[in-house]
This record gives sequence, structure tokens and C-alpha cells, in this order.
Amino acid sequence: MSAAPRTVRDIAAGVRSGEFTAVDVLEQHLAAISAREGDVHAFNLVLADAALERAAAIDADVAAGRDPGPLAGVPIALKDNMCTRGVPTTCSSKILADWKPPYDGTVVSRLAAAGAVTVGKTNLDEFAMGSSTENSAFGPTFNPLDTSRVAGGSSGGSAAAVAAGFAALSFGSDTGGSIRQPAALCGVVGVKPTYGRVSRYGLVAFASSLDQIGPFTHTVADAALALQVISGHDPADSTSIPEAPPDFSAVLGRGVEGLRIGRIADLPAGADPDVGERLDQAFAALAAAGASIVDVNVPAFTYGLTAYYIIAPAEASSNLARYDGVRYGLRVEGADTDAMYMATRSAGFGDEVKRRIMLGTYALSAGYYDAYYGKALRIRRLMTQDFDAAYQHCDVMLTPTSPTVAFEVGAKTADPLAMYLCDTYTIPSNLTGHPAMSVPFGTGADDLPVGVQILAPSLGEPVMLQVAAQLEREGIVPGTIPSRGAS
Amino acid sequence: MAKLARLALTPEELRVAAAQLSGMLEHFADIDELDLTQIEPMTQPYHLVNVMRDDTEAPTLDRAEVLAEAPRAEAGRFRVPSTGGAG
Repeated sequence: MSAAPRTVRDIAAGVRSGEFTAVDVLEQHLAAISAREGDVHAFNLVLADAALERAAAIDADVAAGRDPGPLAGVPIALKDNMCTRGVPTTCSSKILADWKPPYDGTVVSRLAAAGAVTVGKTNLDEFAMGSSTENSAFGPTFNPLDTSRVAGGSSGGSAAAVAAGFAALSFGSDTGGSIRQPAALCGVVGVKPTYGRVSRYGLVAFASSLDQIGPFTHTVADAALALQVISGHDPADSTSIPEAPPDFSAVLGRGVEGLRIGRIADLPAGADPDVGERLDQAFAALAAAGASIVDVNVPAFTYGLTAYYIIAPAEASSNLARYDGVRYGLRVEGADTDAMYMATRSAGFGDEVKRRIMLGTYALSAGYYDAYYGKALRIRRLMTQDFDAAYQHCDVMLTPTSPTVAFEVGAKTADPLAMYLCDTYTIPSNLTGHPAMSVPFGTGADDLPVGVQILAPSLGEPVMLQVAAQLEREGIVPGTIPSRGAS
Repeated sequence: MAKLARLALTPEELRVAAAQLSGMLEHFADIDELDLTQIEPMTQPYHLVNVMRDDTEAPTLDRAEVLAEAPRAEAGRFRVPSTGGAG
């Protein structure tokens, strides 16, 4: 085989038709891993042998006239917080370093049934808490486009795996931007579906009312296909929505004629000038393609960061109470159960996880509950009402995904609040449960990629993908890149 | 807070954590300017309530596979130290 097929659609089509084999495709991706994984560190675990066995089985299916499915022979990478039966699932935490789940998550099962080949489990910020994949117990992931920069986070390993050609498709989880922000920083497409669209059964919980699984891909069409495979009701997840998913690919070629694109007039400031310029170009490109640009207001947007950094740690402090050394993972022995809990958790969790557990415990504690958690839940409602009102006037909204291009490794590790500000534009969709995605739209400072975020109302994935496909077709207008301002 | 969360921190870790948490709480004061008395709390984003399924038999996780991952197991159960003492 000559040039390696890069997209999910090309790979699946070629494998299904017998034009090339799943083993050939896999070997090309494994070669890329051998060449660059040492510099990128996208993976906690590479499953080369199991993947080769699986790819050979796919090829045998094709040879026997059986269709392996819509992702036939597509090499995929899974964030290491998705349960894979008998295969270590660490959450990049010492507390789960040796844990092998006794079951597969629903997304994992669906991908296998669709013919995908899992090449590895990807690095993340410990328990998905972070925006740079530097908070991993196993060391940071580096941006494949410039290894002195971060890959973003918390699904940085998954974003880097696709950007570096280690996998054609990967999956992450998004609690406050953990798919969209690393997608933007690594120059790939990243989708956070509507809350409940994709089952979380077998996703290790961080903040249960916010978490959602989604794909990383090179193209919008690949993202639509991947979303199709993993969407749909699952009785094993009580938050799974009962409505059948629509055909996400049907709308991709429709263009944006007549669509109303919202520009948030009171969007919180903070994006660097290079990012702002690309966003302006995105609006201009959509307007030129026949959309109308509408100014809308979302007054509660600016309070999202505070609401999120109360709600997510509060839920995390409860969810992470299960890591007590009793049933799985690390145990540090103590004289009694309480001493064991304390010793296990202190040794097993990293600094950021401890920080968030304490913040959440504080926000939920007697005397502070109303002032913090209670208020944050009210802001969540207010935010949803503001978005609902704004969507009376527009079909989707555009914002930057990240305020900056990929920053230097180590630039924000000393100041947690500076790191949290990376999530300013992505957080509101998690609070409202609405779908959102990042699509690459040119480059900014130092030729690093810029992502434009598309926000859509609940269950609005079709129109969101429709606009993303148009932005992908438009590319960007060549121009001078302004230098990055102080942030 | 650390004790409530069952975390033991060194004096240095406590000092850093206290300073960082104070900084965050200072930032979080931005919501104090809002009057939220007329707004109902929202605990989850999609309007599903009382999700039930049929009461049917289905296979559960394999006990041996689950216990194989336990730090200590004995006679088909998880083994823990005494629950008395400081608790």
C-alpha cells in the first residue's frame, strides 16, 4: 500500500472493499507510534499484539464475505478512563495504576462491534482533572505539532494520538472542555455531544451531571460517523436519552444558506488577538456562504467558570469517595478502616485531584452549601435560560474554543486558576448539557492551530455538524498572523 | 477539609493548598453580585426523571474476576481491617 489513508471513512471503505487490509493500516499506525511516541507520550498503554490479532480477524471477515461494520479496520485510541475488560484502565492515577476492569464500557463494546481496532489507551490529566495533560501520574503528553507545548487536556493523549497519526480516530470525555480544548490545541476536530446522547456506562465518573464522551478526528465527516456509532439509548446508563439519534452525516453537504449564526456580544474577554482574528474570519466565511450573523446576549456566560469550579469538584468529591482501598486499586494498609482510607487516598491521588476533592468537600459542607453549591446550581439554570432565549434568534453560536493556542509545557502548572481560565469558553455547554464542537480553522501565533467552537441547542448536533462542515470547506483566508498578546 | 475528605496532607501541602483555595474562592466571589432568589436550582441538564427498567434477570459481573482485582479478598469477600478505632 502506498500513501496511508488518513481518514476514518477512507480506511473503513478500503478495508470493507478489500482494497487494502486492516493489518496494513494498523502497521502504518504502529510505525508512526514507534517513530514518535517517545517524544509525544500520547499513550499509557499500546496494545500492539492485541490490535494485530484483531486486525487479522477483521481481514478474515472481509475475505469470508462478512462485513466487519462501519469502522472496519479503523485504528482507534481510547482515553484511559474508559473501562476495557481485562486491560488496565488507570485514569492516569496511581490509585488505579494496576486496575483491570471486569467489564467493557458501552462505547467500547459499540466500537468493537463496528469493526474498530483499539491500538491503545491514552494519557489524560488524572481523573480528567486538568487542561493540559500535565497532571498525569505517568508524565505529560506533548503536542505533536510542537513538543515544547502542551497538547491540552484533559483528553490530551487522545487529541495527540490523532494529530500524530497514531490512530485515525480517538475518544475522550468532556466535563468542562476536555475534548474541545485539546482538539483545538492539536488541530483536530473534537465533539462533545448533547448530555445523554452517548452512554457513560463504563466511563470512570468525574462529574456525573457534566461528563460526556465524544470523538477526535481529522474531518467533520469522520466525527459524524463516529458519533453515529457511539450514540443511542443504553439501559445501563440511567441518564441516557431515549430518543433515537438522527443521521448525523445527512446534513454535511447542505451549506449554511439561510442559517443564523450567533455572535455573543457579551462574551467574556480574554482571547488572544490571533484567536480573535480567526473567529472573525470564521464569521466572515459563513456570511459569505449565505448565513446571517446575529448578535445575541448570554449574560450568565461570564459566571460559568465559577459555577463549574464549584459543581464539578463537588460531584468529584462524591464520585472519588469510592477510591478507599477496599474493592479495587491501591491499598495502603492501616490499623483500622479509617486509617486505611486516609493512607490510601493520600498516597494514591495527585495534587490537583486532592485540591478538587477539598474544594468540592468545602462547597458541600454544612454552612457553605447554600453559599457555593446551591448558588452554582441556580447559575446553571440561569445559564440555560439565557442560552434558550438566545437560541430564539440564532441556530448556532460561534466562540473561540481556547483563549490561546497551545501554551508552553509548565507555563500554568503553578497557578491552578490560570489553568482553569483555559476553560472559559467551553464550560457553559457542559452546564447546559448542550452539544458543542471544535473545528480547526487556520493557525495563530507561532503557526499553531486555532480552533473555532460551534455551540448548538440541546439535540442540535445536525446543525452544529452542518456549520462545522462549511467551516472545514472554507478553510481560512490567508493573512498576517498577529503576534500573541500577553494573556 | 482535608480530614473530611480523608486526605492526610503535610504542613507544606496544607500551606500551598490553603493559599490556592483562598485564591479560587476570591475569584468565585463574582457570583455574589447576582440575585438568584427567584431561580430554581438545576441539578442535571436533561429532563429525565424516575428512569426505570424492566425487572428482568441478567448476568452480573463475574465474582472471581471482581475479587481478583481487590487489594485483599478472603472466602469470596473483600477483606478489610477492623472498622473500630479512630473512625
